Amino acid sequence: MAKSALLKSSIAKKYWMALTGLFLCLFLVGHLLGNLQLIFSDAKHFNDYALFMTTNPAVKILSYLTYISIIFHAVDGILLTVQNKAARPVGYAKVNASASSSLASRNMAVLGTLILVFIVTHMANFWARMHFDENMPIVVKEINGGMGGKQRVAVGTKESPNPYFQIDENGRFGTKILEDIKTQSMGQYDLAVRDLTTVYNKKDGEVIFIGQKDLYKITIDLFKDKKWGMAATGLYVLAMLVLAFHLLHGFQSAFQSMGVTSRKLTPIIKTFGTAFAILVPALFAAIPVYIHFFLK
Amino acid sequence: MASKKNININLKIWRQKNGNVKGQLVDYKLDNVSTDSSFLEMLDQLNEQLVSQKQEPVAFDHDCREGICGSCSLFINGRAHGPDTGITTCQLHMRMFKDGDTIYVEPWRSRAFPIIKDLVVDRSAFDRIQQAGGFVSVNTSGRTIDANTIPVPKENADKAFEAAACIGCGACVATCKNGSAMLFVGAKVSQYALLPQGKVEATQRVMNMVRQMDEEGFGNCTNTGACEIECPKGISLENIARMNREYLKASLK
Ligand code: HEM
Ligand code: SF4
Ligand code: FES
Repeated sequence: MAKSALLKSSIAKKYWMALTGLFLCLFLVGHLLGNLQLIFSDAKHFNDYALFMTTNPAVKILSYLTYISIIFHAVDGILLTVQNKAARPVGYAKVNASASSSLASRNMAVLGTLILVFIVTHMANFWARMHFDENMPIVVKEINGGMGGKQRVAVGTKESPNPYFQIDENGRFGTKILEDIKTQSMGQYDLAVRDLTTVYNKKDGEVIFIGQKDLYKITIDLFKDKKWGMAATGLYVLAMLVLAFHLLHGFQSAFQSMGVTSRKLTPIIKTFGTAFAILVPALFAAIPVYIHFFLK
Repeated sequence: MASKKNININLKIWRQKNGNVKGQLVDYKLDNVSTDSSFLEMLDQLNEQLVSQKQEPVAFDHDCREGICGSCSLFINGRAHGPDTGITTCQLHMRMFKDGDTIYVEPWRSRAFPIIKDLVVDRSAFDRIQQAGGFVSVNTSGRTIDANTIPVPKENADKAFEAAACIGCGACVATCKNGSAMLFVGAKVSQYALLPQGKVEATQRVMNMVRQMDEEGFGNCTNTGACEIECPKGISLENIARMNREYLKASLK
């Protein structure tokens, strides 16, 4: 009985909401620290961080935990909301709800659903491109001995029969060049591309250079886009406002749900929760604003 | 300022013959209501008017008329027990309203509180929750021990007493946007959990009461805190947190 109670009962559902909600708060902190490198660091460090985040096994485990939490939190949240609606089949003709509760606390499901829409859009914009987009720009990470200049990697020249390709001043070579490379198969070189990022010589397996997906560029491009940059920035800020309201109620609510309250603890949790709910979304929102308006 | 002693009001009152038929809000005009009268006295006045016009009087629940029985379950102008805090409807006075006001009077709205007639709802769901665990088992063979022989820390005694002040009025359910009964159940669980006499059956008590609460069809608490604001007895949200702790402890056993 105890077992099924821990999944099905009203209170147990609240424990899960609280646990997943607080885990997502931790996730937010980690994600924020990563994003802030867009302001306080440079393209190279940001891309190195992105590479680490997509390859490190510990991060992989954390990311799966995050996906599971979001799904569980959303499904449980919607389930609870449906049950709660059913608990009052006939509504009141007149309700003065603001007399006794805050706007955020009454709209957690709406706020949460908006966050879900944001998460899906956000993942399509960045995560999906990072993982699946063949047109993802690539930046040179490592040039293998002798063939590279600072801004230029020449395995041959246009005139000579050897393969030739050039990297732009930021060290990017992009998919167009990868396409060229794939079709260039001359002399001692039979160039091929591995994992979208690594150029090597098929003949002897020698790696010519290693590229890295340029998340920095697509982020900057999105928010600086002539046509859509302003809209993307605005919507991002709006989404963070929604998150702020969700957390303004949610953070302290999670502790109440788990029964973690006391005369000493509760005021601290409430103050910290309010600060968290304002600061974290504000810092997230500051990044696209900085990119759109201030980044040269 | 000489505020008008008697006021004229417009009422919108929920009328419903019984639980099987549809109801609707019906408009009434009531003149010369003394601002010193209580809300229930105002309804008495309306009913006298209705009876003299050979109409069916409005059915509403009431008993003690002094704020201790919890019967007077009316949702007035969008708030449980109307526009005042820390009171039941019988303690609400007409001085809270102005001349010409339109006042909505509706029954508690909850799947677990079916309407019997007009403004009267069936709150026996609360009784069933109580029967599921809101008691301590005592051997009454004639050798009962005085409760006061077991020492209780003052703070716990006070908190248990505060929780025990719940009169089961149902305002928490009525006002909660989720129709949740967790303030009521939290108070009842806490009242015993805080005392040594209640510890004996603590595990079954919280499991059984919460199970019954869920079966009755009450909603789930989202900690909006509306119940605490509207509760006539000032039952605190802390009692819900305590119930949640007790429930976790019990489910891990
Ligand atoms: C990064 C994203 C999110 C974070 C950090 C977050 C955090 C939280 C926290 C801490 C709570 C309070 C839990 C409690 O009261 O016990 C909460 C409640 C809630 N969340 Fe989220 N949430 C997020 C996304 C979502 C999403 C995507 C949904 C989807 C629909 C959602 C729906 C809800 C609902 C309905 C509640 C109220 C549930 C209740 O109190 O019963 N949240 N959230
Ligand atoms: S907790 Fe308060 S509002 Fe709820 S039933 Fe008890 S006295 Fe009424
Ligand atoms: S009639 Fe008893 S509390 Fe109002």
